[in-house]
Amino acid sequence: MLSSMTNRAPAQRAAVRTRGPQRAALRVCAVATTAKKDAAAAPAKGLITPEAAKEVYYDMVLGREFEEMCAQMYYRGKMFGFVHLYSGQEAVSSGVIKLLRPDDHVCSTYRDHVHALSKGVPAREIMAELFGKSTGCCRGQGGSMHIFSAKHGVLGGYAFIGEGIPIGVGAAFKSAYRRNVLGDESSDSVTVSFFGDGTCNVGQFYESLNMAALYKLPHIFVVENNKWAIGMSHGRATNPTLGDEDPYIYKKGPAFGMPGVHVDGMDVLKVREVAQEAIARARRGDGPTLIEAETYRFRGHSLADPDELRSKEEKAKYAARDPIPQLKDYMLANGLATEADIKEIHDKVMAEVEDSVKFADESPKPDKGQLLENVFADPRGFGIAPDGRYRYELPGFTTGTAQVS
Amino acid sequence: MEADDTACVFGEDIAFGGVFRATVGLQERFGQARVFNTPLTEQGIVGFGIGLAALGTTAIAEIQFADYIYPAFDQLVNEAAKMRYRSGGLFDCGGLTVPGLKVVMPSSPAEAKGLLLACIREPDPCVFFEPKMLYRTMVEEVPAGDYVLPLGVARTLAEGSDVTLVGWGAQVLVLQQAARAAAALSPPVSCEVLDLRTIMPWDVGAVTRSVNKTGRLIVSHEAPLTGHFGAEIAARVAERCFLRLEAPPMRVCGADTPFPLVYEPLYLPGVDRVLEAIRASVSY
Repeated sequence: MLSSMTNRAPAQRAAVRTRGPQRAALRVCAVATTAKKDAAAAPAKGLITPEAAKEVYYDMVLGREFEEMCAQMYYRGKMFGFVHLYSGQEAVSSGVIKLLRPDDHVCSTYRDHVHALSKGVPAREIMAELFGKSTGCCRGQGGSMHIFSAKHGVLGGYAFIGEGIPIGVGAAFKSAYRRNVLGDESSDSVTVSFFGDGTCNVGQFYESLNMAALYKLPHIFVVENNKWAIGMSHGRATNPTLGDEDPYIYKKGPAFGMPGVHVDGMDVLKVREVAQEAIARARRGDGPTLIEAETYRFRGHSLADPDELRSKEEKAKYAARDPIPQLKDYMLANGLATEADIKEIHDKVMAEVEDSVKFADESPKPDKGQLLENVFADPRGFGIAPDGRYRYELPGFTTGTAQVS
Repeated sequence: MEADDTACVFGEDIAFGGVFRATVGLQERFGQARVFNTPLTEQGIVGFGIGLAALGTTAIAEIQFADYIYPAFDQLVNEAAKMRYRSGGLFDCGGLTVPGLKVVMPSSPAEAKGLLLACIREPDPCVFFEPKMLYRTMVEEVPAGDYVLPLGVARTLAEGSDVTLVGWGAQVLVLQQAARAAAALSPPVSCEVLDLRTIMPWDVGAVTRSVNKTGRLIVSHEAPLTGHFGAEIAARVAERCFLRLEAPPMRVCGADTPFPLVYEPLYLPGVDRVLEAIRASVSY
């Protein structure tokens, strides 16, 4: 049995080799119809109005300053557990999410604060959530990696990689169902799922690509390729696509029957352009798109990561391409904003971030009985004591000695 | 790894030592072919390990956090645990409630070494849980060189005559503290503390012998109360020690809720709650 298995291996390898050229032909054909390299490389002038540019710029600066404040608060012991910061990747969040409507949905990862900010969740509510306070967007029950907001269409941060993607696909189905089955022509909301390059090596990513294409859903897959799967560089974690020296995730789109687009994720205007097209396609009912945005995180994987694995040269290369000064320079050069406008934006952001910390700090911790709430649908919790009282009302509960269920 | 040249260690970021620095220096010593990083794919890591093990290699697969065991459960439960049975003994790859998986949780560094080596040499698939809490809180002398602690044999940490306290992993430390606090009560309560070490198979004999002596049982674990392993122990003790029991077997466990972000100490079964159970048991 064992020997027959080993003998089969060379034959299998040979079969893969002979299939090679066929695959290459398919790939070129499919990608050629979708990738718009020339358009993406062209100057983005005229793409954006002054108002929109300021909105996007505000959002990016807010994302950056919020995260830098999180780092300070984390080291001061105001937050607990793992906290993963988004600094450096703002062009992706702002470039895509600022184009969405309030009724559109976003699915995120454990690096989710800034996606929620872009989608309109107030900084106050997110900071309070990170502090574990009852005024947080999840009443202090979710924390850094699980930011949800039903009101703002944030379907949550998912700490397990890839687990948010099928959930985003399910959300997209609801919109398609309303239009195609219930006949509501106005139903054209879309869902965007964000995830990283490391996630592209888990099964749920591929399962979701297939389902979204199969059901032709208004769903956009956004890979934030920050080049590092925790501590493993992308090139070492993922095999190159056939015929390439590097792995290209966007090329996996055509294999599943959807366009795959590669974009510079450090340039918000290019991200915006690509996202505009994908969102329009989804709203038209023409199905999903896979966008690979090449970006970089300016900090370690989490605040507990000493960040010793990435080279100084690599970090410096991407730091020089910081998306925020890039947009500022573009706005100034093209008359979309003045120096005074820029300063006003920064001042407003600082005030908003400081206000969020003050709000979070002054907010009360959740009631201890909240530990037993939300497990089942009864909002007051499932732990009813023999005398009919809720268990969290029993005297021993606060000292931790009462039976809780 | 020196004694078994087929042994390989693999997992997410283990090449540089892993998030908890548990594999520091291993790759330098044994090379990239035997100590290597995998992509982020828990189901893949476990399936890959099963394949390696089935062909006679010693596969040591690391899953970064216990939480990430769930994506791998399909492979663990449906494949690893049943491989030998299903192949009629052709392939060796081998929990919890899954017949065919051994589940081990050490309570100290020296215990961890001996039990891990035992797991590595087991012909059955083992799930080895390292309590995260102990990585940074526990210091003790660990014997140098090769030694193995037997699987399925509990360890008695304190002899006692009134109550048997059973736990495993980090909870053993809580039980020891509670036993000391109980000895200081007036009148003092003498507790016998058992570290189960292996949850599957578990040392039924050691627990029943102790309960037959003391007449009282308290099991404590961090997992929720309902449907977890304390229930199995309590049920077995009720069957085997029924006529010797002075009080019902009791469980001091986590709440039946997801693990909370705030109020973690309230969820966890701490010394106070164990002590309260001891009092309730002796005054039943």
